[in-house]
Amino acid sequence: MSELYLLRHREIQGLNQLKTYTANGGFDTWKKVVSTLKPEEVTQVVKDSGLRGRGGAGFPTGVKWSFLPTNIWPHYVVANADESEPGTFKDREILESNPYQFIEGLMIACYAVQAKDAYIYFRGEFAQIAHKFEERLQELTSKGLLGDKLFGSEYSLRIHPHLGAGAYICGEETALLESIEGKLGQPRLRPPFPAVVGLFDKPTVINNVETLTNLPIILGKGAAHFRTQGTEKSPGTKIFCLSGRVKNPGNYELPLGTTFRELIYTHGGGILNDRAIKVIMPAGASSSLIPATEAALDTPMDYESVPALGAQLGSASVIVLDETVNISDLVSSTVNFFEHESCGKCTPCREGTYWMAHILERINSGKASKADIELLKTVASQMQNKCFCALGEFSISAVLTGIQHFRADFDARVEN
Amino acid sequence: MNTFKKIHASEIERLLANYPPDRKQAAVMPLLHLAQQEAGYITEPVMQEIAEICEISATEVASIVGYYTMFHDQPGGKIRLMVCTDVACRLHGAREYLSALCNELGVAPGGTSSDGLVTIEEVKCIAACDHAPVFQSQIGDEVEYHENQNPGRTLDWLRLMTASMKTGQASMNLGQEADHE
Ligand SMILES: Cc1cc2nc3c(=O)[nH]c(=O)nc-3n(C[C@H](O)[C@H](O)[C@H](O)COP(=O)(O)O)c2cc1C
Ligand code: SF4
Ligand code: FES
Repeated sequence: MSELYLLRHREIQGLNQLKTYTANGGFDTWKKVVSTLKPEEVTQVVKDSGLRGRGGAGFPTGVKWSFLPTNIWPHYVVANADESEPGTFKDREILESNPYQFIEGLMIACYAVQAKDAYIYFRGEFAQIAHKFEERLQELTSKGLLGDKLFGSEYSLRIHPHLGAGAYICGEETALLESIEGKLGQPRLRPPFPAVVGLFDKPTVINNVETLTNLPIILGKGAAHFRTQGTEKSPGTKIFCLSGRVKNPGNYELPLGTTFRELIYTHGGGILNDRAIKVIMPAGASSSLIPATEAALDTPMDYESVPALGAQLGSASVIVLDETVNISDLVSSTVNFFEHESCGKCTPCREGTYWMAHILERINSGKASKADIELLKTVASQMQNKCFCALGEFSISAVLTGIQHFRADFDARVEN
Repeated sequence: MNTFKKIHASEIERLLANYPPDRKQAAVMPLLHLAQQEAGYITEPVMQEIAEICEISATEVASIVGYYTMFHDQPGGKIRLMVCTDVACRLHGAREYLSALCNELGVAPGGTSSDGLVTIEEVKCIAACDHAPVFQSQIGDEVEYHENQNPGRTLDWLRLMTASMKTGQASMNLGQEADHE
């Protein structure tokens, strides 16, 4: 395994205690940033590093920060700790076991855009983690690492935890902002983008937990060092969440550009009962289904290579299916998820996910005919590009690629 | 009247301070969590009080409660078992685990045991897919993970918990599991 930057707690016992974290250089970078760097210098280092957002879209982090207008204040930073994509469990490990590196990263992001208040949006199911964070943040304030006029400078910072209550859509950044504001967590029309009109109508940066956890390393060791891992266009390491029919499911921190084969067979130990692999889902339930050919297995997992397979890297939540999984069943579980999580704001998604779920139920209970498979395809195709936010589009990825590559699995359900 | 406000005056103050003074509505979710800690669900009079604090209508508060799956406006069992049967967990026997568990307890998913102690719910991914079958327990507002489950292990834990509740010494630590630091 390559060097660990994000999952350092696996090598350093007790890293989730402030004592241990500071004894291992924790918050040194924070002090250095506030005491010696200008905000725009911090942004420049992050731009040079090529860090891309780990929440799904892979947007360059430093570039995103530079979109904030400097004539509208205050600025806010929001950490997205809503982690709810089925198959994703990386942020939870960071929040539980390496929390201070994440907080230090969030603090650095705040300084770069001169935000004086930041929020951490935890999914409701992370209630225990959020309560612990209340203590951690108080501790940091009492140690003078957070609060007013830090290290004798003019810069002050407060971080507020905010707990959600069970809604996948609140991971979408504009729904998340609505949720903090105490409204129904439903997506906003864009533009305007949050960088200009965000939280409480002010310029706002939203970054994923893993994205932020990279920052103490980048500002500590420099952009060039960060680029020694990963590829030209996808530098750094990434936490790959491996689940499904593999022998050793879990989080694996590996350089971006590592192949699916290495993740699944070298680190994941291969397929349960040594069966044949059938499908790779690289981005959780939102994935297009990639037939696990030799060429697919040899594809590097980075933001530029996975699209060539007709899929996205997304949050790098790799769910593996073996030869015994019927794709019609699998698609029914992804569609059920999206039907349950559709926020109901727009008709194509609300109605489309409902109908897809019902047709699939008919198919899988043996009550359907071949015409129903066509109907399913039609409903999914009609949703394409018509949904208000990406959730609706995610809901059809597995349906359309499932029917395209594994039609026989659906046919088998309607033949008798 | 205004009992919620009175009992929790300082905590409410602290929560409001997390948001800009002219954005009291932002405190609605934290206040609902606070309310739920007590009774395990949120009553109409409390929603009314929260509406006043946040300067919004009671209808708006009720629609927030209805929108999020973890807010409850009805009492459930003292212990809520939230079993994940989502995409990744299904590939590791989560559905078989759930139905075995429901059989043993004589409760259907979504239902509550006859002694009113245990409610079982089927939930979507809870970010523990590498340790399926998995459930979260919710007791009051305390949420805890229970990973790598099988029906026997879960039933043992439940027996311990319900026994301690019946004898009135609701020592929650009894249930804390070693598999989760
Ligand atoms: C339906 C939906 C759900 C999302 N869920 C999450 C999530 O749980 N966590 C997350 O960080 N980003 C999530 N995102 C992406 C966010 O909208 C946003 O792009 C991200 O937080 C930006 O951070 P990054 O640039 O650091 O990746 C979701 C997007 C959509 C459309
Ligand atoms: S696509 Fe779905 S989740 Fe997104 S706004 Fe429309 S109904 Fe809501
Ligand atoms: S799918 Fe069950 S915890 Fe993720």
